[in-house]
Amino acid sequence: MRNDGFFKRAVIIGTVGWMAVFAFVPNILVFLASFCSTSSENFIEPGFSLHNFARLMDRTHLEILLSSLRLSGLVTFICLVTAYPFAAILARTRKPLRGTLLLLVVIPFWTNSLVRTYAMTAMLNSSGIVNNVLMSLGVIDAPLAMMYTPGAVVLGLVYTLLPFMILPLYAALERLDRRYLEAARDLGASPWRAFWRVIVPLTMPGIVSGCMLVFLPGIGMFYVSDVLGGAKAMLLGNFIRDQFLTTRDWPLGAAASVTLTVLMVLMLLLYWKSAARLGKEAA
Amino acid sequence: MRTLRTVYAGLVYLFLYLPLAVMVAYSFNSSRFSMAWKGVTLDWYVKLFGNSSLMQAALHSLVIAVLSATCSSILGTLVAMALHRWRFPSRKVIRTSLFVMMMSPDIVIGISLLVLFMALSLPLGFWTLLMAHVTLCVPFVAITVFGRLHGFDPHVVEAARDLGAGEYEVFRYVVLPMVFPAVLAGWFLSFTLSVDDVIISFFTTGPTFEVLPLRIYSMVRLGLKPEVNALCAVMILITVVAVMLSQRFLKEKQ
Repeated sequence: MRNDGFFKRAVIIGTVGWMAVFAFVPNILVFLASFCSTSSENFIEPGFSLHNFARLMDRTHLEILLSSLRLSGLVTFICLVTAYPFAAILARTRKPLRGTLLLLVVIPFWTNSLVRTYAMTAMLNSSGIVNNVLMSLGVIDAPLAMMYTPGAVVLGLVYTLLPFMILPLYAALERLDRRYLEAARDLGASPWRAFWRVIVPLTMPGIVSGCMLVFLPGIGMFYVSDVLGGAKAMLLGNFIRDQFLTTRDWPLGAAASVTLTVLMVLMLLLYWKSAARLGKEAA
Repeated sequence: MRTLRTVYAGLVYLFLYLPLAVMVAYSFNSSRFSMAWKGVTLDWYVKLFGNSSLMQAALHSLVIAVLSATCSSILGTLVAMALHRWRFPSRKVIRTSLFVMMMSPDIVIGISLLVLFMALSLPLGFWTLLMAHVTLCVPFVAITVFGRLHGFDPHVVEAARDLGAGEYEVFRYVVLPMVFPAVLAGWFLSFTLSVDDVIISFFTTGPTFEVLPLRIYSMVRLGLKPEVNALCAVMILITVVAVMLSQRFLKEKQ
């Protein structure tokens, strides 16, 4: 009993201290850096200006930002419409089989995404499987140039991120009480209407968290666009990396990183709102 | 309707697994330059294991993964226990932050840690990489263990307290045995997170300490090579084993 207070205090101080050093301080530093300027002697020259954010809004930078958002939005949309029916099928499968099917989604979820991106190159290459199959079927005469196109980047991102959409949707659909659906049908709702007015709102937290897990990495995963897109499709992630490692304009990179963080916070607020709404209705 | 569902699910699995299967198959192809099939060989695997700098990077990855999984399992369990058992100021903030950290894109974590290490003027290498991976993994362990703690009967802890157990004894002899499967599952999750991470390692390690994913990254950028296929096949095998083990530990609770 003598050490009672000591153990408790040590664990609490350790927890708070660890969070402060590795979570709060680094993000505050990036936030501060985004208001600084850079010089030839120092990566970061102390100061305060909105200069970097203004630079992000100039033509070339804005174009990168917007095209990255568009690309990731498209990836998120494709993943959502592909994964939703799939997750619904999974949630309705009977028990022993469902465990195996789920494991088959979990494995790609945890497989190195760089390895999976690389696997995609073997499919899309001019001498790759897709071209070989299409050519032997006589659909095309010459290999299609699929690598190093924005389309290849979209496909690569969908491929690597699809499991991140499936799993939260599955969790939401599995919890779904089917009696709500039956009630809606009994009260005369068409299947279509029951889907939009009952199932979608009830699975909204899963939809939002799935979209978050796809959309945010879709902006940041620079190696996918490096490997599959060549230099043609630049994600915000490539831009941030270049500012930190090549151009050495840390404040500008920090401003871009802060922008990405703001996007994340907005999506989190959306998630909490949808989850809170559901909690209130259930109670 | 039923067949339609089966076909749809089958197509999604085909999409998920075909590229991996093709890559693994080509890691046994004896032709070096073309995608044409020239027969089975283990040459690329032999080459792989004979490449000493590659093996060095693999060893580095393994060391970092084991150390960061162990450190973050310990830290994460203590964090989960603190959040579950005690009320203290900033408790809510910490709970929310753990969730936010789990959702943060890797590039944001990588950049912020790089800036931290630069501000502290720490040389990038083994130690910075270890700290970065622990930071990446702790939220996952904490949330897994916290979920487990949430499910169990608080009376057990009260009984132990009434019988004279101190906070440490409660942790060591009551809480820890009960959450141990979740801690093990967290260990394996952390292990895979660490082995698979590209982006955070990219920013937080230096040339003195190269890890496997970064090595693969520089090889992949140079184009298709059969050795890379073999290396990727090995990585997939490691992931499959780790995932299966962690699933087993999570299931044991039932």
